[in-house]
Amino acid sequence: MKKFFSTALARGLFWQVIGTLVGAGLVTGIRWAMGLSTTIDNFFFTEPAWVMGGFFGVLFFLAGNGSVTDWYKWARGIDTPEHPEEPWTGWERYLHVSLDHKVIGVQYTVTALALIAIGGLFALIFRTELATSGLKFLTPDLNMFGQTGLQLYNTLMSLHGMIMIVSILLGIAGIINYVVPLLLGAQDMAFPRLNAFSFWIAVPAAVLLLMSMVLGGFDTGWTGYPPLSARAPVGVQMFFLGVFTAGWSSILGALNVIATVVRMRAKGMTAWRLPIFVWASLATSIIALTATQLIGLSFQLVMFQRLFGMGFFDPAKGGNPVLFQHLFWFYSHPAVYVFVLPGLGVISELLPVFSRKPLFGYRWVAMSSLGIALVGFLVWAHHMFTSGMNEYLRVPFMYSTLLVAVPTGVKFFSWVATLWKGKIVFPTPMLFVIGAIVVFLLGGLTGPPNATVSVDLHLHDTYFIVGHFHDTIFGGFVFPFFAAIYYWFPKATGRRMSEFWGKVHFWMMTPSFFLMTFGMMRIGLLGMRRRIADYDPMLGFDATHMVLTIAGYLIGLSVLIFFINFFYSIRNGEKAEGNLWNSRSPEWQVPSPMPVHNYEKPFEVVGEPYDYGLPGSKYVEFSSSSQGKHH
Amino acid sequence: MRHFVVVGIFVIVVSILTYVGLDAAELMPEQASAQAVSIDWLWDLQLVAMSFLFALIVVPMAYSFIVFRRRKGETGDGEHIEGNTGLEITWTVIPLVAVLGLAYLGAYSLGDISRVDPNAMVVNVRGQQFAWIFEYPEYGIVSDELHLPVNRQVVLKMESPDVIHSFWVPEFRVKQDVVPGRVTEYRITPTVIGAYKVRCAELCGSNHYSMINDVIVQSQADYDAWIAVQSELAAASQTPEGIGQRLTVQYGCTGCHSLDGSSRPTGPTWLGLFDSQRQLADGTVVTADEEYIIESILEPNAKIAAGFQSPSLMPAIPLTNEEIEYIIAYIQTLR
Repeated sequence: MKKFFSTALARGLFWQVIGTLVGAGLVTGIRWAMGLSTTIDNFFFTEPAWVMGGFFGVLFFLAGNGSVTDWYKWARGIDTPEHPEEPWTGWERYLHVSLDHKVIGVQYTVTALALIAIGGLFALIFRTELATSGLKFLTPDLNMFGQTGLQLYNTLMSLHGMIMIVSILLGIAGIINYVVPLLLGAQDMAFPRLNAFSFWIAVPAAVLLLMSMVLGGFDTGWTGYPPLSARAPVGVQMFFLGVFTAGWSSILGALNVIATVVRMRAKGMTAWRLPIFVWASLATSIIALTATQLIGLSFQLVMFQRLFGMGFFDPAKGGNPVLFQHLFWFYSHPAVYVFVLPGLGVISELLPVFSRKPLFGYRWVAMSSLGIALVGFLVWAHHMFTSGMNEYLRVPFMYSTLLVAVPTGVKFFSWVATLWKGKIVFPTPMLFVIGAIVVFLLGGLTGPPNATVSVDLHLHDTYFIVGHFHDTIFGGFVFPFFAAIYYWFPKATGRRMSEFWGKVHFWMMTPSFFLMTFGMMRIGLLGMRRRIADYDPMLGFDATHMVLTIAGYLIGLSVLIFFINFFYSIRNGEKAEGNLWNSRSPEWQVPSPMPVHNYEKPFEVVGEPYDYGLPGSKYVEFSSSSQGKHH
Repeated sequence: MRHFVVVGIFVIVVSILTYVGLDAAELMPEQASAQAVSIDWLWDLQLVAMSFLFALIVVPMAYSFIVFRRRKGETGDGEHIEGNTGLEITWTVIPLVAVLGLAYLGAYSLGDISRVDPNAMVVNVRGQQFAWIFEYPEYGIVSDELHLPVNRQVVLKMESPDVIHSFWVPEFRVKQDVVPGRVTEYRITPTVIGAYKVRCAELCGSNHYSMINDVIVQSQADYDAWIAVQSELAAASQTPEGIGQRLTVQYGCTGCHSLDGSSRPTGPTWLGLFDSQRQLADGTVVTADEEYIIESILEPNAKIAAGFQSPSLMPAIPLTNEEIEYIIAYIQTLR
């Protein structure tokens, strides 16, 4: 326990509490001196005090846990070692500020898993409420965290969305951080300190998001549209601040990935010899680097509207609520490609290994990621077909949205062609890859009806969209994320996760998930609106909702099995130190777990990455000396 | 070659079965507007495309899992096929043409449902937390039910005093947001006589789920009769309580307060409210006299009745003193 309290995580959280109190106290003191009110009902501090407290909390966390110490020393003219020896071993490594990309990758991944558990728990709570019609426990006379049951329903529903989004961003950062430098043959990411900073700033951001829960919550959905968000309780400010802070993690992380891919490739690794997952990471990072600012900006404008009475989106002051939606979706649509492109990259990376065949049309698959990233920037207003924006704008956005189907189709056809005439094997990661393809296919096929304006006028804001969205995210992120964990777990630990329980996880989650999204889409078409705490029994949706709830619990149970398998296998899994999957990729050519400074000897790329079935071919060749590391 | 023939046959069979299954599932609600016809046609076309594309991907995948799996004892790799530029161009160009065609049809369908009838009837709509209010400007009628004559285009001119709402009757298909600070239009031609519900489709706060009002589509004769009755009521009710009743509907009071004694989570019922003893959230008991009701309207947070949310959900409503008097006169009649 004593060890835990000396970790960077514990110190950071401690200083975040202090920082929050200092920031809030400061504003309260100034308000007191100016003769303004210093408290509000229920939540002790006033809203400006909470906002300043939240902001200070983040700064104190980062200063207190040591993730900015080196920069501070440099500013004062003190040198620090390039690759400091890190004294911690075992689990402690992961709770301290480490500059090793592999440690940071694991930190990201485990944090993402923790947030998935929290976000999933929230979903199960409101899913239980929805199991039958009629309010059950989230009732108007409930009073919890200063919210009625109805407000709490909306808070849980909204936080489920945003917590999951942050967990996805951290999850992809985890896989990218761990894998990309290994695939490139690099010792680390281009900017190790920035890398650590990007991870650690996400921790206070997650704390802020969860804090919104106890500060009255926010009943706006994750989209936070004003004027509703301009009227919501103080909790919405913590939500805004949390997303704003998490955005820094995303932007800086993306910058680091791009710099790493551009500058740190092994000798001979030309553009067309990059592992396909690197292409996907690059595409996703380009979007994250250039679009994330817009969600930060849009939320910041609402923050200022609330704090300073600036009427950006207040029609009474000449503002325009629809403008917010443009700013918001300019990030939040490309963001879904940030979520899915790495997952699609995992599919393309793993499929050749388990099909024992080259990736069909490698260059086309690589370019389709960039194509999706590019077109993804031009489609945002398809979320706004009913919003009252200029009617004529809806047609060009319909065209651009449907264009996304073209590069996405290239991926599907190439995957199918990769399987064709292979020698396919089916270990757990492959099962999740297959699940990902089929689920993402359903997400893809249910997309175009939302793009055609007239049909979308029916589908918008219903459970059809909820089902479609969960298909794209499970297919594009959740299934590939699990595939990646089962696949690279041995690389990180030297042990493998149980195949049996991995298969139980897959066979329990997949049918339940199909049942869930089919049910959602069906009642959505028949009139089930999104984001409602209760529904009319006359609609006849009770039976379907019960099925959805049971399916939700089964998914939860399967993920619980995954968690147990994951943590149990770290120490007790079957030893797997060699090239477990018989892969051509460089990280599998050295023993597991990966040494601290990655490859002892540098490698040179001498062939194509996915030439399975070509006798005598090699992707990489390790040099005989340990000299001549590239820089 | 044999592989392609088998897969080709299965793709056709699975496409047809998928489409037949989806079609038999009756995915859409009743088709009760002219606009729904065009929308359902485009939806159905996309079901065909979905069924085919689903089969086109899933069938060769499943076939590969069975035929091209590594059998027990096998060790070798698959065939070394790196790609085929011709194929890649094919499955880029054909989908490109297909989606452009679909987008064209989408634009056509949008034009179709947006067709303006110059003789369309106008109803003014206010969506507010958490009720819909309908005003018939030609007749001076204000109602919490939307009555429409069948087979005549109506344009709803919609406004919101508070947050964004969205007007949706699933049987009509079309949906339109109601945005503070502007008037949005919703154009529909109901084609089937019946009772429907308008439900708010854009999250608008804690009671979003209950923002539901009746929509009645009736024959021209029944509609005219309803208009006549409502106009008469409006003309006859020049008494204070009559005006109060209309104000109650106009300002959407009944969205949160019931008139029949049924309990709603949003606000206390008005039945038997006047002069009754009220238990407040802080435990004290007060008499609901005129003074109390005036205060509750002007400052909803001053006193919160036991069992209701604090701060109050009630919006600030721009009522004159005279209007408040009328509403109190109306509440007094509810015993």
